[in-house]
Amino acid sequence: MSVTRRQFIKWTGASVAIAGASGCASVSGRKTVGRVVVIGAGYGGATAAKYIRMWSPDIEVTLVEREAEFISCPLSNRVLGGVWELKELTRDYGRLSARHGVRLVRDEAVAVDPVAREVRLRSGATLEYDRLVVSPGVDLLYDEIPGLAEPSARDRVLHAWKAGPQTVALRKQLEAMRNGGVYAITVPRSPYRCPPGPYERACQIAFYFKMHKPRSKVLILDANDDVQSKKALFTKAWAERYPGIVEYRPLSTLVDVDVATLTAKLDFEDVRADVLNVVPPQRAGTIAKDAGLITANGRWCEVDFLTYESLAVRNIHVLGDSVMAAPQMPKSGHMANQHGKVCAAAIIALLHGEAPNGKPMVTNTCYSFVSDKDVVHVASVHAYDASQKTMVVVPGASGVSSSANELEGEYAESWGRNIWDDMLG
Amino acid sequence: MGARAILLALMSLGIVSSPALAAEDLEARGWAATCTGCHGTNGRSTGKIPSIAGRPQSDIVRLMREFRDGSRAATVMHQHAKGYSDDQVERIAAFFAAQKP
Repeated sequence: MSVTRRQFIKWTGASVAIAGASGCASVSGRKTVGRVVVIGAGYGGATAAKYIRMWSPDIEVTLVEREAEFISCPLSNRVLGGVWELKELTRDYGRLSARHGVRLVRDEAVAVDPVAREVRLRSGATLEYDRLVVSPGVDLLYDEIPGLAEPSARDRVLHAWKAGPQTVALRKQLEAMRNGGVYAITVPRSPYRCPPGPYERACQIAFYFKMHKPRSKVLILDANDDVQSKKALFTKAWAERYPGIVEYRPLSTLVDVDVATLTAKLDFEDVRADVLNVVPPQRAGTIAKDAGLITANGRWCEVDFLTYESLAVRNIHVLGDSVMAAPQMPKSGHMANQHGKVCAAAIIALLHGEAPNGKPMVTNTCYSFVSDKDVVHVASVHAYDASQKTMVVVPGASGVSSSANELEGEYAESWGRNIWDDMLG
Repeated sequence: MGARAILLALMSLGIVSSPALAAEDLEARGWAATCTGCHGTNGRSTGKIPSIAGRPQSDIVRLMREFRDGSRAATVMHQHAKGYSDDQVERIAAFFAAQKP
């Protein structure tokens, strides 16, 4: 993503504001109790940065993010359905500095030295920390798909699993597709980012086809043995709203892709598509791997759920999709927001020499649009279980919508505005 | 032990609850933050999801009880309400009651 002049001014302006803010702090004589560096300004990292500053202004927080603006993955399937544009999912980071005194650094973290407690940035600069928060999201494992090894191949066969230019490009492919064509999406084995995401995407694209290209098909090629989230609600939506459009095929593991013919090579058959959308297998972001934080299956980072501190490296906390999740804890933006707050409170306690809360709670609410207006949710409340040292769903405190409905469509839009404000505002 | 410490001790035992003191209840502040992904920071919402900042503690407690026992219709709150104990709901409600609407 190129940097516009406006964005450049915004980001440099932010660091000037910080210099001013820290000047005030020293004039008032308030002592800084510690320095926190946060890598990644998504649902996890931005929330942690804001909440540390909001709850404890005596801690310095530096937030490192390589993108100029925040673009939400949750709700981004609506762009593919033609209901929303990317700008409705886009927010700037300015209030984190102006209102909360977070120091924003537009750069990429490329190395962590846990002994010197230092983060090295792409620009060559280094940042020292007392506590480091790593919230890089997922990296996509293209090395498992030989046909997509070349970056040019990935411009043709998109993932659109990180909202942004890929989302817009996939929408353009769908617009250019002939009526009667086939859109196929491959779903990796769980766990992956956003369990209901592939199925919501199928609904959104089927909604678009039904309106504009009714002879077209949506084919879901799922490596898993069944729909991974809200199964009854999605299955009902496909059967009743999009009959003859959506087809679901379980146990369809992608082995390779032939980009020239847009063919998904599965373990037992080849499937040709007009628009092929491959959601690759995933692991914790590269900086988590390089920092030695990945401890589970070569993919995910185990943490202490009281603090989100890595089980492998002291003074480094991991949030969001990169975390080796507790049972029934989805890799969702909402969950990352919750991790961010528990972690913020724990870091504040630790830097003040106090014990973190021994009974943290987190919740999840994921809304999926099955049409332009109708929505289904899955929700859960998780409490810390000291004997198992993990988060467990409180008995009875989970469930899904009784049926798709428009009221929850309004709640879903309100959810977006509120959670983006909760992390950035 | 000062009067404030005694009050806080009584609060933590659930004997006394006071919105004015709730801001000191860091455990409850953390639990309340589980609500604010949907209801907005400190309970201030925009759009269809109701704001809960500044609502009387007794109202929030009553609504949560009605969500939990099913006497109030809900889309998602009947599921969330079952996740918290009575003590937690009291203290979370005290936190939101003490916030500026």
